[in-house]
Amino acid sequence: MKKAVRKQVLLQGNEACVEGALMAGCRFYAGYPITPATEIMEIMARKMPGASGVFIQMEDEIASLGAVIGASLAGSKSMTATSGPGFSLMQEHIGYASMAEVPCVIVDVMRAGPSTGLPTQPSQSDVMQSRWGTHGDHPIIVLAPSSVYEFFELTVQAFNLSERYRTPVILLVDELVAHMREGVILPTRDSLEIEDRPHPTVPPEWYIPYADPGTGVPAMPAFGEGYRYHVTGLYHDVRGYPTVRTDEVEPLIHRLFNKISKDYDRLQWFDAFATEDAKITIIAYGCVARAALRAVQQAREKGLKVGLINLKILWPFMRRTISGILENSAKVLVPELNIGQISREVKRINQSRCEVLTLNKVDGTPIKPAEILRTLEEVYS
Amino acid sequence: MREAEHLVHKYLRSSKRFPHIWCSGCGIGIFMQALVRVIDQSEYSKDDIVLISGIGCSGRLPVYVDFNTLHTTHGRALTFATGIKLANPRLKVITVMGDGDAVAIGGNHFIHAARRNVEIASFILNNNVYGMTGGQSSPTTPHGAITASAPYGNIEPDFDICRLAEAAGAVLVARSTVYHTRLLERLIGMALKKKGFSVLEVVSQCTTYTGRFLQLNSPVEMLKWQKDNAITVEKAKQLSDTELEGKIVIGVLVNRERPNYHEQYQSLLGKKSKV
Amino acid sequence: MNRVEIYRGWCKQCGICIAFCPHQVLEADDSGYPVVRNPEKCTGCLLCEMRCPDFAIVVNKDEESREETGSPAGK
Repeated sequence: MKKAVRKQVLLQGNEACVEGALMAGCRFYAGYPITPATEIMEIMARKMPGASGVFIQMEDEIASLGAVIGASLAGSKSMTATSGPGFSLMQEHIGYASMAEVPCVIVDVMRAGPSTGLPTQPSQSDVMQSRWGTHGDHPIIVLAPSSVYEFFELTVQAFNLSERYRTPVILLVDELVAHMREGVILPTRDSLEIEDRPHPTVPPEWYIPYADPGTGVPAMPAFGEGYRYHVTGLYHDVRGYPTVRTDEVEPLIHRLFNKISKDYDRLQWFDAFATEDAKITIIAYGCVARAALRAVQQAREKGLKVGLINLKILWPFMRRTISGILENSAKVLVPELNIGQISREVKRINQSRCEVLTLNKVDGTPIKPAEILRTLEEVYS
Repeated sequence: MREAEHLVHKYLRSSKRFPHIWCSGCGIGIFMQALVRVIDQSEYSKDDIVLISGIGCSGRLPVYVDFNTLHTTHGRALTFATGIKLANPRLKVITVMGDGDAVAIGGNHFIHAARRNVEIASFILNNNVYGMTGGQSSPTTPHGAITASAPYGNIEPDFDICRLAEAAGAVLVARSTVYHTRLLERLIGMALKKKGFSVLEVVSQCTTYTGRFLQLNSPVEMLKWQKDNAITVEKAKQLSDTELEGKIVIGVLVNRERPNYHEQYQSLLGKKSKV
Repeated sequence: MNRVEIYRGWCKQCGICIAFCPHQVLEADDSGYPVVRNPEKCTGCLLCEMRCPDFAIVVNKDEESREETGSPAGK
């Protein structure tokens, strides 16, 4: 992203998210209050009318995502934000958006769970739920920012990916990044690349709603534009009508996956720090990546050859990037604010290439640089 | 071969196969025809209309008609409808729900849509049962009825959908049966015109399951039951609660004015917070 | 004279049209399908058409006797 010379502003993570959403063209927000995501809703309530957009507080999170999907079908870029308990309620409609291919963005500012858990403490324990929370096979894209600016940037990208692939995109954020304030310089709207969903290029009478144009992503008109079509969460044929035909069911689910997997090369988003000669590479994301960066800097000062990969995309899991790391490191350390979720995925693709170590903290407090540094020193040999 | 086309045929999707999936004598088809007849006489074009359903037998209605159609999740049709209407207020948004759909799993959405007063014409096809899943009790199954999930008789009281809608704030609340087709069409017309959240309860027949527990053994008997037990709002006013027991009160129950959500939201547009 | 047309392919033999015709125009055949028995009695009230759950009946009203009886309410 190009950055114009602009004034630095002090923003909270949740505030930066709203700025990113509005710049990306979001004009519909529906939500339900929940800590620690509520600021997103409150700021949306203030800003949407001025942006000629719609803000609505719904009766629960199921309704919030329902309204978001409806608005998206009517042509608005739409989003909602929540935390664990609300995210659980949203799973039903995440599946719907995935099946019916309706672009939408969902922010989950994680709290430690299960259940009501620790509402005000940082956690990263929804990683697996963000991948498999809704029932049935489905593709999903999940982004994880580790700074206020990144929260802004990845919100813009969440909308872009959602529109490009016609799929729900989840921003998985921890409470630290959501509530932290940092000085950021936001780019101008003109300097951003904004993507919109593919629109039909044929007249309505030729339009086949779920036909694959070759990209895997069918064209999507808005309701009311003259392309009258049917949308359902049932398995459907290319016309959108329910089907149980094996020769229609299987191609649909494969297309849903392939439209994203064909672009895996484009979906390897990470920051690498001092990885070239690293004997131990840390794989981290969110607020833990910040602590890890400090730990790596301190370790380097002590002469330890360690590096860091900060993951921006959690799902689809960046197998190519991580495989490269596993190939070239003697050890990999995966610190996380959960019982071990991304580390499971790392171990799954490791295939005994190197030693995968974990550092898990689930007491509601962040992992500190010193804790990571201590672990690095212990396992460095 | 046909010399005169059925009015409904102009609105059916030519690429869908007929006959439709509903059982012989099912009331959903009667309602669907009435809806299409009223739309045909209205100012709305096919492009203007978004027809939204939830899950269940009624959920299968939208796919047959050539509008913008949306088959959503169980009980949640109104949430999608809310998003669509607010994102593009020019659209005429209509929801079709079943009784279990609207007031059991969707009960929360129903009362808040009514309270919020978003302009949605909502039609609830009440056949007193979960038909699609095989005849289990719904919130409108009569007390004592034997159903697939109440084999010893239903020990729960039934819901009055219209009173619920009224209490929650719907600006138009009405009821008809599918037997009373002309009344049905008149009330559908009123619901479509209402600039707020309107509820029309359409008493319908599940000939496969409800008929069994009401000891009504054919679609014809079920329609006769509707005919014999229906009583107009006007007549009902002269009767005591005991006399009204088991009656279906039909007609307009509530018709009132209240600013809708969209009108009120319009007054906020352009507002910029100094915060 | 009004003409009642029945699309057998769509009809599910529910019997509603036969039972509720105010003038006994229709009758069931051996398989339960409606057939027009008394065409001269049809007043073109359209109740059979409107109550058919399967859109399987259409009443072609005689041009001369056409009245605006069948138009939907609410207008």
